[in-house]
Amino acid sequence: MVERTRTLDIACHGLLILGGLLVCLPIYFAFVVGSHTVGDVLAVPPPWLPGGRFFENAATAWQKGNLGRLLFNSLVVAVGITVGKIAVSLLSAFAISYFRFRWRMTAFWLIFASLMLPVEVRILPTYEAVTNVALPLQWLFDWVGIEVAVEWNMMNSYGGLILPLIASATATFLFRQFFLTVPEELCEAARIDGASPLHFFRHVLLPLSMSNMVALSIILFLYGWNQYLWPLLFTTEKDMATAVIGLKHLIPQSDAEPAWNVAMNAALLVMLPPALVVVALQRWLVKGLVDSGK
Amino acid sequence: MQASTSVATELPATPRVAGKRRAAVAGGTAGLKRAHYRNSRLPFLLLLPQLLVLLLFFFIPAVRALVQAFVITDPFGTTVHFVWFDNFRALLASPEYRSSVWVTLWFTLTQNVLTLGVAAVLAFATDRVIRGRGLYRSIVLLPYAIAPVIAGILWAFMFNAHVGPMTYVLKALGVAWDPTRNGFDAFLLVTFAAAWKHICYDYIFLVAALLAVPASLLEAAAVDGAGPGLRFFKIALPMIGPTVFFLLVMNFVYGFFETFAIVDAVTKGGPGGATMILVYKVYLDGFVHIDLGSSAAQSVLLMIFAVILTMLQFRYVERNVNYDV
Repeated sequence: MVERTRTLDIACHGLLILGGLLVCLPIYFAFVVGSHTVGDVLAVPPPWLPGGRFFENAATAWQKGNLGRLLFNSLVVAVGITVGKIAVSLLSAFAISYFRFRWRMTAFWLIFASLMLPVEVRILPTYEAVTNVALPLQWLFDWVGIEVAVEWNMMNSYGGLILPLIASATATFLFRQFFLTVPEELCEAARIDGASPLHFFRHVLLPLSMSNMVALSIILFLYGWNQYLWPLLFTTEKDMATAVIGLKHLIPQSDAEPAWNVAMNAALLVMLPPALVVVALQRWLVKGLVDSGK
Repeated sequence: MQASTSVATELPATPRVAGKRRAAVAGGTAGLKRAHYRNSRLPFLLLLPQLLVLLLFFFIPAVRALVQAFVITDPFGTTVHFVWFDNFRALLASPEYRSSVWVTLWFTLTQNVLTLGVAAVLAFATDRVIRGRGLYRSIVLLPYAIAPVIAGILWAFMFNAHVGPMTYVLKALGVAWDPTRNGFDAFLLVTFAAAWKHICYDYIFLVAALLAVPASLLEAAAVDGAGPGLRFFKIALPMIGPTVFFLLVMNFVYGFFETFAIVDAVTKGGPGGATMILVYKVYLDGFVHIDLGSSAAQSVLLMIFAVILTMLQFRYVERNVNYDV
């Protein structure tokens, strides 16, 4: 800054170190517990320093929690949500900002209204919607008088974990804002050259949107990986659960079987992939967050 | 000519969500590129995936919640009675719901103040230091990667009544601590876990906002003799005001809707409803107690909350536009 203020600078470093310790403390204890035997964990006083059984515990956690399969599920779900949200919102944003058609503002407001309906407030009816996606179609048939029973249950499927979450007002707005800053001349030139709307979208807009897509996809990947309520409701089969849900089942519920060492080791394993993403792609994450907050 | 083009040329200069509210007033062409296509079928096809998902998983469920809130269904689902506002009346009269409203209010408020306070201190410190800034930032950002439920598990273990290392420290200091029995302890634990998980979010925005304060202004003030404190209160704070307001709203959104997993991992709403936030109660009443009418009525009330919060978010956006130009 402008002047030299030694005391203030030292105070700032002190505060930041304190804040860093506060952030790391829970993770540190997970690591300490994750590297001891159950007996050590239950001892008084509890262990303060890491022990030597980290990899044994990790192996136990991996096998007991079926983590190989569940981490794979998490990856599929997180990537599916990321790709789905970006694709769906790019197309919507393109339609809303580059086409003049009836119901344009209606479509816009419909997407906007979804911001006001967070998952958590409509849990039960959405659950019913996923257990039978074809229900509205059934109503239509009943109303018309066709006697056909249709059912499409998305429980315990990747579709059920991904599809209901791929609508995104925030991402649509982000891309729309970006399209508004794209020079008009590009579209004019493309039209003069005889490019169809889809050709313009594919060869001009898409390459321009790349940095926005990367920044957004990091946030969406973390969002997908860390989902809790949806997989909790929509996966009753153990093999279809995500890693976060599997971890929840490893947590000791009673004092009868206090395997905290395995549970905390599993917690570290499950948070490792998103943590690596945050550390490696920090710059992009910050850009994505700040852009989508606007 | 002037009047009709003014809307189109003004809009790209206000690239924020607020533009759209003005857009709705201005008519059908606002928020549209000047060079656009006139095609009546293609845009519908492009919008179809998003609108279909919204219809199936957002709007139809929301309407069904609305309908269910006004009816009573018998346990076998055979008869349905329309009961006007009986579900709401019963809900608002029930002591459990009232206590849940208070718990939610205290929880979101405490969490909000805590999160924003700590994030602000860390952000200002980051803005002043030069050495190690990147490292500090990486560490503070780390909880962003951690799922709320895992954050809950980490804190639940640290302060576990039997094996938690922090419980040991507290006991050594003479503090009685048992979040499974004492409601206030449980409330504190959930609040701290929720704040710990969310500090990084506020921090990112505050650091970005402080970076955007023009250095020339700060230097001019320093030349005129203003110290670090005065510069902060007279220049930086007014300029990041809109960001602070935005974060307050976002913290409420987080506290109301996204802390479900933390409560589920740490206390399951107990002991004795001390951490029974509204979102957790909707879940319990709908899936565990199977009280459809009450659950639907709670959903409707929460939707009203959500609408108010979204509107507030909008206000930030509008103010931010004025500041930015």
